[in-house]
Amino acid sequence: MHRLSGVVLSTRDGAASHARGLTTKILARHGAGDAEPGALAMVTCDLVMMNDVSGSLAMRAFERMGATRVFDPERVVLVADHFVPAKDVRSAELAGDLRRFGERHGIAHYYELGRTVEAGIEHTLLPELGLVSPGALIVGGDSHTCTYGAFGALGLGFGSTDIASALALGEVWVRMPETTRIDFVGQPGPWTAGKDLILAVLRQTGSSGAAYAALEFTGDVVDGLSVDDRMALCNMAIESGAKSGICTPNDAVLEWLEARSVPRGDTLLPDDEGYDHVLRVDVDGLPPLVARPPDPADVIAINELPSGLRLDQVYVGNCSNGTLSDLRQLVAGLAGRRVAPGTRLMVVPASNAIHRAALAEGLTETLVAAGAVIVPPTCGACFGGHMGILGPGERALATTNRNFRGRMGHPESEVYLANAAVAGASAAAGAIVDPRTT
Amino acid sequence: MKSASPITGRVVRLADDVNTDLVLAGEYLNITDPDALAAHVLERFEPPVADRIGPGTILLAGRAFGGGSSREQAVLALVARGVGALVAASFARIFFRNAVNLGLPAVECPDAWWDVADGDELTIDLASGTLTRSDGTVWSFPAPSPFVADLLAVGGLEEWTRRRLAIADRT
Repeated sequence: MHRLSGVVLSTRDGAASHARGLTTKILARHGAGDAEPGALAMVTCDLVMMNDVSGSLAMRAFERMGATRVFDPERVVLVADHFVPAKDVRSAELAGDLRRFGERHGIAHYYELGRTVEAGIEHTLLPELGLVSPGALIVGGDSHTCTYGAFGALGLGFGSTDIASALALGEVWVRMPETTRIDFVGQPGPWTAGKDLILAVLRQTGSSGAAYAALEFTGDVVDGLSVDDRMALCNMAIESGAKSGICTPNDAVLEWLEARSVPRGDTLLPDDEGYDHVLRVDVDGLPPLVARPPDPADVIAINELPSGLRLDQVYVGNCSNGTLSDLRQLVAGLAGRRVAPGTRLMVVPASNAIHRAALAEGLTETLVAAGAVIVPPTCGACFGGHMGILGPGERALATTNRNFRGRMGHPESEVYLANAAVAGASAAAGAIVDPRTT
Repeated sequence: MKSASPITGRVVRLADDVNTDLVLAGEYLNITDPDALAAHVLERFEPPVADRIGPGTILLAGRAFGGGSSREQAVLALVARGVGALVAASFARIFFRNAVNLGLPAVECPDAWWDVADGDELTIDLASGTLTRSDGTVWSFPAPSPFVADLLAVGGLEEWTRRRLAIADRT
């Protein structure tokens, strides 16, 4: 078949600049060439991923397109993670359809809780499986595909018809983004994590201040971040309206890749001048931050919240903050205390591998003894699906990425977003509290 | 051929930051039937607007229309409900893609967001990049790029891809 990648579909007027950021370099390598910001281009996909929710529509569109085979069965990943374990008959059908699609098209990368040893939430699972490598262009049927920026890969989220087309063609149309470099300055204070870095960014950009931009995170603090913290940072790039978020791989990433025998390729580095905008974010001595409902970008320091915000539920999990680091922070925040009467603590290890590690480390035993319930690795209640839905008037603190009206259940419920240490301290107190002072 | 002729419809005015959770709540994402999805469109939006959304409706929103989740079910539900076009001060990128991929015209026009009232009748002409109100007031917007115009003209990315695959089969 004739490929369209390498063909610029439209251009915009303006002087060409040859300095490029990391995102633009990755797009250029995948067929966008010298296309300038604002232009449309076809690019090739290294990996196409879909889940039980995006897949349900994508598989139907794929068939209606008259497609008979996927572009490359080895580069397609299917993850049943949103409504698993099946919450009802319709959900069971979604996961079943996804599995049968995989069987029909010879796709070995199918993952489902209870059916495969490795399973869990897509954006946590794919890197664990060694499927995410620096410089790759990964197309996912989920908005938080930007998480793969933690590894120097360009993860782009799409809807189902885009995914269906990418499955058939191995290509996708993109609008070339402007690049915004986020320069973190200083070192954050105690009890903070990757979550607080991205909340600090959102505090400045708001929910659409980085619309259509590719974010590239830099600064000493980013160079020193763990893989888990980098994933938390990149995961919520989209909450600023951005197309993607990415970091140049650091030693922690390179060790992670080596442990999983992932080829590094020739690592791309951004040019110093390859940015359309630079945003300085001062994080020196940063306190833990909290995003107030119903806007992930309505962020304030935890000590500026009114005291006594009682909690019906604390939820630790999802693709931004359900890692082993998060479970350790949760246990540290609990500090040997039990969950407060009147509060539920739901803990969702983001993958089976994290679940196993938490068992081996004794974290699970500590959490269950404290009164927590361990939920299997699923997107679950984060998007209002199942397993921890909020009733009318209930208030939750969650380590997830969205707190829109009704996001986790009833429209009159509330979700505050914060890191896992805040979650632990707050679960013990039964109200949102500052882990630095409890 | 939705974009070939101008689209006329009555405006239902929303707000800034209408995210896809508000357009279609997560609990409904296990539904695949478009008509069943359509029954839940904007049902949590305040003040209530859902009852007024039907064939020909032009949805007008402010900043960042369709932010958040990539759920194409949200756009599919709007299409199944008969919505004729989306106009917004700005769109979130995935929602914008999903709209044009499903053949639903999506027009960025900040001035219209400020000036157009709920219940106004608008005519959208993609080819000339104009929005015209029934009283004759005209706003302009950047006409879609040739590629996006192409997608809209054939009815969306599904048909566009089908044609590419068909051509590939013959060659």
